[in-house]
Amino acid sequence: MKSLNELIKGLIKENPAFVLMLGLCPFLAVSVSIANGIGMGVAATFVLVCSNVIISAIKNFIPARIRIPCYIVVIATFVTITELVMKAYSPALNRALGIYVPLIVVNCIVLGRAEAFASKNNVRDSLFDGIGMGIGFTLALLLISGIREFLGAGKLFSLTVIKSFEPALVIAMPPGALLVIALLLGFFNLIKGRK
Amino acid sequence: MDPGQFLAIFISAVFINNVILSRFLGLCSFIAISKQTKPAFAMSLAVMFVTTMSSIITWLIYRFLLIPFNMTYLRTISFILVIATFVQFVEMVIRKIAPAMYRFFGIYLPLITVNCAVLGVAVLNSDMFFVQGKTVPYGFVYSTFQGICVGAGYMLAMLLMSAIRERLETCNVPKPLKDFPLGFIIASIMSLAFMGFNGFRF
Repeated sequence: MKSLNELIKGLIKENPAFVLMLGLCPFLAVSVSIANGIGMGVAATFVLVCSNVIISAIKNFIPARIRIPCYIVVIATFVTITELVMKAYSPALNRALGIYVPLIVVNCIVLGRAEAFASKNNVRDSLFDGIGMGIGFTLALLLISGIREFLGAGKLFSLTVIKSFEPALVIAMPPGALLVIALLLGFFNLIKGRK
Repeated sequence: MDPGQFLAIFISAVFINNVILSRFLGLCSFIAISKQTKPAFAMSLAVMFVTTMSSIITWLIYRFLLIPFNMTYLRTISFILVIATFVQFVEMVIRKIAPAMYRFFGIYLPLITVNCAVLGVAVLNSDMFFVQGKTVPYGFVYSTFQGICVGAGYMLAMLLMSAIRERLETCNVPKPLKDFPLGFIIASIMSLAFMGFNGFRF
């Protein structure tokens, strides 16, 4: 039951992107289309789950004073694996995500979960926490990239949805990303305030 | 060496592809620390220093370690380790030599380790100034210059943003939009303004 809670809390209650406000850089940069969003979400989830498991497994061997560099080495290893796999099997996605793939290393979600959760809990809970946070991040990416792809290009999953709709190109550009996330955050605050 | 190239790097890094407003690097610190001008200035000075130094160090590592030994796939891991160590080292040195400056920077220096702008500019340099495993002529100078310019772009965005937010403190903002959402809306409008520089061609 506790494990299930660890899994579910990442989805809405502690959603990494909208509630904890972590990992926003890649979040905004790659959310131009749903395909990119899913690619980024899956990559980040993989890194998050693997590093959470490894860090919670070796937490007793890491001296407290140099724990952050140790975490970074573990995380960077999995990021490199992701980068190489992506380059080999999906070069188009790798080109689309560009420098944001290596930048998963400094994504605050991964390091944040390692420090706040994996270093204090056992392997199983850390695994579920990683999966939950990863799915939460991916869902948030799906939401924002869906909105941006629809309004910015008039498409969903690269398919034209409404023929007569003139897309607002600015939503697909950097200012649009900032505006969409600002309004989404405001909207969530509004709902929270009502309750 | 082509002076036009320097101008192109400068305009591109500071205005067209501003780290924060168009590449979204270092966004967390941008939103969190830009409430007042003084800490914002301290943070951006620290970032500028670290991006410059890490551009130099990572270029040397890429050119003289990773390429000769054919290990470019270790780029991410080696860059982040070097940056983390370097930041820690600088922190120790500053604390010892200039305690006043250490107090001025406060917690912002260690925070820079996880600032994506620093790793971002290192990765960007190694993508831009190395063609097929060989450095372009004067690549070292260009990389260093790009490091400075990215830091300058960060500072420009940070100072503008903090000045705007200081004035907004006293304004009456709808409650759900307070703090972060408002910060993002301002950033969005600034980013829109910076898009105007896109027309520059060299």
